[in-house]
Amino acid sequence: MANLLAISDLQSGDIGEIFDVADSMAEINRRRIPKVPTLRGQTVATLFFEDSTRTKLSFDTAARRLGADVMGFSVSSSAVKKGESVRDTIETIEAMGIHAVVVRHRCSGVPLQISRWSDAAVINAGDGWHAHPTQALLDSFTIRNRFGSLDGLNIGIVGDIVHSRVARSNIEAFTKLGARVTLVAPPTLLPARMDWPVEVSHSLDDVLKALDVCYLLRVQNERISEALFPSLREYTALFGLTSRRADQLGPDAIIMHPGPMNRGVEIAGEVAERPNSLVTDQVANGVSIRMAVLFLLLGSPRESLIGSDGEHGDSVSAAPVSAGEGGGSK
Amino acid sequence: MTQSQVPQGRTSEDIVIKGGKLIDVRGERAGDVLISGGRIVAVGEDLDAHRVLDAGGALVCPGLVDLHTHLREPGTEEAETIETGARAAALGGYTAVLAMPNTTPAIDSASVVKDVLELGRAAMIDVHTSGAITVGRSGEQLAPMAEMADLGVHMFTDDGSGVQSDALMRRAMEYATGLGVTLAQHCEVAALSAGTAMNEGEWSAKLGLGGQPAEAEELMVMRDIALARLTGARVHFLHMSTAGSVDLIAAAKASGLPITAEAAPHHFTLTDACCESYDATFKVHPPLRTSSDVDAVKAGLASGTLDAIATDHAPHTPESKELPFDEAPPGMLGLEYALALAFTELVDGGTMTDADVIARLSWQPAAIAAMGEHGRPIAVGEAANLCIVDPSATWIIDDSGGASRSRNVPYVGRTVRGKVRHTVCAGEAVVIDGEAQQ
Repeated sequence: MANLLAISDLQSGDIGEIFDVADSMAEINRRRIPKVPTLRGQTVATLFFEDSTRTKLSFDTAARRLGADVMGFSVSSSAVKKGESVRDTIETIEAMGIHAVVVRHRCSGVPLQISRWSDAAVINAGDGWHAHPTQALLDSFTIRNRFGSLDGLNIGIVGDIVHSRVARSNIEAFTKLGARVTLVAPPTLLPARMDWPVEVSHSLDDVLKALDVCYLLRVQNERISEALFPSLREYTALFGLTSRRADQLGPDAIIMHPGPMNRGVEIAGEVAERPNSLVTDQVANGVSIRMAVLFLLLGSPRESLIGSDGEHGDSVSAAPVSAGEGGGSK
Repeated sequence: MTQSQVPQGRTSEDIVIKGGKLIDVRGERAGDVLISGGRIVAVGEDLDAHRVLDAGGALVCPGLVDLHTHLREPGTEEAETIETGARAAALGGYTAVLAMPNTTPAIDSASVVKDVLELGRAAMIDVHTSGAITVGRSGEQLAPMAEMADLGVHMFTDDGSGVQSDALMRRAMEYATGLGVTLAQHCEVAALSAGTAMNEGEWSAKLGLGGQPAEAEELMVMRDIALARLTGARVHFLHMSTAGSVDLIAAAKASGLPITAEAAPHHFTLTDACCESYDATFKVHPPLRTSSDVDAVKAGLASGTLDAIATDHAPHTPESKELPFDEAPPGMLGLEYALALAFTELVDGGTMTDADVIARLSWQPAAIAAMGEHGRPIAVGEAANLCIVDPSATWIIDDSGGASRSRNVPYVGRTVRGKVRHTVCAGEAVVIDGEAQQ
C-alpha cells in the first residue's frame, strides 16, 4: 500500500491488517502517556483545501502520537487563495520534505491527481462526493469491535447517499467485509443509476426492525433549494431516527453517525445520547485507525511498535508490520 | 466576397498526384491528378509535372472539412491560434475548418468576423467562421446575423452552450429563414446539466461526480425539431452523443424536415468509463456516454442519420486540464486524429467503408456549411483541395498534441489506422509526407 485513496484500493485482508494494527494503537491510546516514537523524523503534511476541524484534528493527533512531525496547511491563510494550483501547492510542500500528505478537497479525484504528482504517501481525508476511506475504516472497526465481525450483519445507511463520500466508502467497506447493506433514502438522494451490491428502500420504517446497524448521514439544508426534498420536517418524518423509531430497533442494534450531527433532523437529540449510539466511539476509533494507516504507510517494515518508555513494549511488539514506503520485505 | 479565395502570397507550382485511388462523391477509380493555378486541370493516366506527390497505395480524396473547430483566437491564444489550429487541421487532412464563435470576444458581429477571416487568410488552409446566434452568446438578444451573413457566414451557433429560451430560438430560426442561413445547436438544457462534470450513470455514481442525463441533450433535440417544423428553418445538430438523440434525428429526417447532424470522434470512440482516472482530458461537453450510446452513434453514422463527423477540436492548456475534474474546462483535441479514429472505429470496428467515412468527413459537411470549393468531385475545373491518405498505415497516438498549442489528447497510446500523407489546399501542397510545409 503506497497510498490510501479509496477503499477499492484495499483487499479485505488489508482491512483486517489495518484493524489488527489499530487494536495495538487503541492500546497505546489507553496509556497514561499515549505516545510512541515509531514515526519520529517523519513529516506528515495535512493539506485541507476544505475546512474540516474534526478530521484534521484526528489526523494531527494520530501523527503526533506516533512521533511524526505535522506540517499543517490551511487554505484560508495560503497561496491557494491567491490562485495557486493544487499541483504547485503540492510540489511546494513536497520540496520542504514530507513523507505523507493527508488531503481533503471539495472536488472528487483530487487525492488521486496529487498521487500522480507526488512521491509522498497520499491519504485521502475526503474528496468531494467520492471517498473518505479512513471514515469507512473507523466505522467498520467500530462495528467489528461491537459484533466481532461484519459478516452477515444488516447495515442500513440512511440519508443523502448521492452526495456522500462517507456513504460511498462505507458501501465498499461494509460489503467487502461481508455485510448486507441497505440504502434508505428518497429516490432524489440516491444515484439515478448504480451497480452497487446493495438493497434500496425508500422507507426507514420498513427496514428498521431488521437492522443491526442504523447508520445515519448528515442532511444539508441546501438540498431543499435543489428540490431534492420539500422540507427538513418532511425529511425527519420519513427518514429521521426519531425516538419512536429508535425504540423499534432490535436490542443489540447500534446507531452510528459520522458527525457533525443535526440533532432533531436526521437523529433525535435524545437518541444520540442512548447507550447504543456509538458516535463517540467512532471518534475515538478514528484516532486509532488513522495511526494504523500512517504506520502501515510510513513505518519501516522491520520496526515494531515498541513503547517510548519500553514498559509497555511487549504488549504491542507483536503488532503486524507491513511493507510501507521503502519496504522491501514482501 | 467569399471565404474561399487562394490565400494571398501563395505561389502555387504545378503539381501531379501520382498513383492513388481517387474517392469522391462520384465513386472510386484510379488516376493521376494534375493541378495548376490552384485548380485541377487534368485527371487521368500518366500525368506529369515538375512537382510529384506520390500517392501509391493511398486514397486521394477531396480535402476534409471540419464543421466544428475551436481555434481559440481571439482571446485564448495560449491554448491555440488560428495559425496553429489550421496547421493541425492540415496535418489531419483538412482543407477547410469552420471556427466556432465561443472566443473572447465572441464572434457575434461583423467586426470580429472580419478579424477572424483576416487572420485566417494567412493560415495553411481555408478558415471559415460561424457566427453567434445571440450577442455575447448570452442567450438574450439576437446577434446581427445579416451583417455577418454578408461576410460569408453561413452557420450560426452559440456552441459551448445551447440557446435556452424557447421563444428566442423560435425567433432565431424564423429570422434565419429570411437570410438563407443554417442554425447549429449545442443541445444541452442548462437546468439539467448545471453542476455536472460527466454523463449520469453508473460511473458518475461510483466516482462521486455530478452527472447529466442523456435527456439534458435529448430534450433540446426534441425542442429544436419541433421548432424546425414550426419555422421551416435549416437546423444542424452539433455533436450528437446519445442513442436517444440519434433516434430523434432519424425520425425527424424521415418526416422530411431539413435537418442535419454530426458526431464527434470521441463520441464513437470513448465511454464514460474513461473518467475513472479523474483526468480532465476526458472531460467534454456533451460528456462521454455509455457503450450503448457509442454503438448508436456508430450506427447513426453508418445509416446516414448522422451526416458528418466533426471534431469539436477544443484545445485547453495543460494547466487548465490539471484542475480538479469538476473545475477543468471541457473539450479535447481532434483535428489530427479524426480520420484515423474513423477508419479504426467505424470501418475496422464497425460496418462502414473507407469511402463512407470520407463522405462524412468531406463532401457531406462541405454541403452543410455551403463551402462551395470543398468536398467537390475530383474533376477538371474544380478547386484543388485534396487529402491524400495512406489507409493501411498504422500508428500510435502520442501525447505531444501534434501541431496544436495544447496537448489534451484523450487517445494516447491507441493504435489507429490511416495516416495523412499529403494535403493540398487551393493547389498548394501544405502537407507533404506528413510534414507541414510552413
